[in-house]
Amino acid sequence: MDYFPLNWGKPRATGDEHNWLATPGMAGAHARHADMSPTCYAPAGPTSHTSSPIVTGTSVVALKYKDGIMMATDCLASYGSLARFRDVERMVPVGNSTVVGASGDISDFQYIQHQLKDLEIDEYETPDGHHLGPENVFGYLHRVMYARRSKMDFLWNTLVVGGLQDGKKYLGCVDMRGVTYSASTIATGYGAYIAQPLLRKAVEGREDTLTEEEARKLLNKVMQVLFYRDARSLNKIQVTTVNASGVHISEPYSLPTEWGFAENIRGYGAAQN
Amino acid sequence: MFAQQPPAMSAGPAGAASSHAIQHRVSPYEDNGGTSVAIAGEDYAIIAADTRQSEGYLINSRYAPKAFQLSDSSVVSCCGFYGDATALVTYLKQQMEFYQFNHDKPMPTPALAQLLSITLYRKRFFPYYVHNILAGLDAEGKGCIYNYDPVGSFERYKYQASGSGVALIQPFLDNMVGFKNTSLQDNPPFLPLNKALQLVKDAFTSATERDIYTGDQVEIFIITRDGVRKETYDLKKD
Repeated sequence: MDYFPLNWGKPRATGDEHNWLATPGMAGAHARHADMSPTCYAPAGPTSHTSSPIVTGTSVVALKYKDGIMMATDCLASYGSLARFRDVERMVPVGNSTVVGASGDISDFQYIQHQLKDLEIDEYETPDGHHLGPENVFGYLHRVMYARRSKMDFLWNTLVVGGLQDGKKYLGCVDMRGVTYSASTIATGYGAYIAQPLLRKAVEGREDTLTEEEARKLLNKVMQVLFYRDARSLNKIQVTTVNASGVHISEPYSLPTEWGFAENIRGYGAAQN
Repeated sequence: MFAQQPPAMSAGPAGAASSHAIQHRVSPYEDNGGTSVAIAGEDYAIIAADTRQSEGYLINSRYAPKAFQLSDSSVVSCCGFYGDATALVTYLKQQMEFYQFNHDKPMPTPALAQLLSITLYRKRFFPYYVHNILAGLDAEGKGCIYNYDPVGSFERYKYQASGSGVALIQPFLDNMVGFKNTSLQDNPPFLPLNKALQLVKDAFTSATERDIYTGDQVEIFIITRDGVRKETYDLKKD
């Protein structure tokens, strides 16, 4: 019996039925796994690089407001289409004026968290009066991401770095290829399609007048829309605020959603004529 | 195997694992779009680049500058993959600092031109995916423009466009700056700075109309013997 679910229903070469592990160089075997299957079924062989992400986080959204920046992520780490880990924190503080949020592969993000911890320790050990700000953390992460891509060993993440640098608001984004940009609203993944237009409309031009309450309301609305439309999202979210008093990452909380409209639509609600 | 079959199915019951199977590897490159234009005059050089950064149909940022001032006499623009552009500019800036320490003078544009060429060729087998234009003043104080391909082939020009809008702008420059196919083409007249500046602005507004990757803002650097001046103009955001 073929125990590998992804092979059910697919034709196989005769004699291949009991081939659990494809060996490197077998083009046929690779073709079988050319879809999104987890790479634990990857061919045994020499060092392999992350060629596709396994446990992933979806969008990160962030904006600048009057007193600083705010960032939001949901608490989901997906395993393909399975909503596997539902209490994951995808934002971490670095120092006392920076927050880093990540979408993409969670194991790569955990490695990055480790590197950031080392960075904080080095900074602490060097009493030169300087403190790590978001621009410094961003610069460091940019070089890490670019260096890994130049070795063709990607860290499969899109990172959003935000905070206050010498009192000035900063928001930056770096992707797995080392492409960077800075803007007053940032959204990764599906957020770039769905959330970014909403964020830009509300924030652009008003970075210095948008209040914390307005910003929070906007982020909640945006995360709600993402939950409605992104099939790999969750309505349990966290919101981080970085202002003069430091980095505050909220406890996870649930967003209310409204599905009652479905009752009135034929085919979606309870059985109707 | 039948050509119409999707690649994943091609290692089918027909037996031999065929070479039709496609392995998908991630590309280390991205096209972030953008356009650049440069004109060299008698005693000036202008170089301009838009500030839109794209990724497919997405706009990442409306302000991600592509033209970088490297010194009081040199400005380089880098269109293509933004990750390589920023890495390249960081490297050039470092090399220019070393030059200053070693020669006790700022690196002149023609020397920088050669440096950029060998820097690009050093990565001949994993290139910087950028189209560069370097603008500055030569040893005689005349404006100079150097145009590059991604692996370092370069040549000095009087005017050049690059990036996603190159096909829209280069012919325009050939006619309006090079006077090609006009009665003046054999004795092109001197182009004053204000006229060249207006041509650059017009080039960008025109390219913005038709090229989806060009727009938002354009930064224009004007290099003269008095230094580098920057002007910024809005472009259509659609």
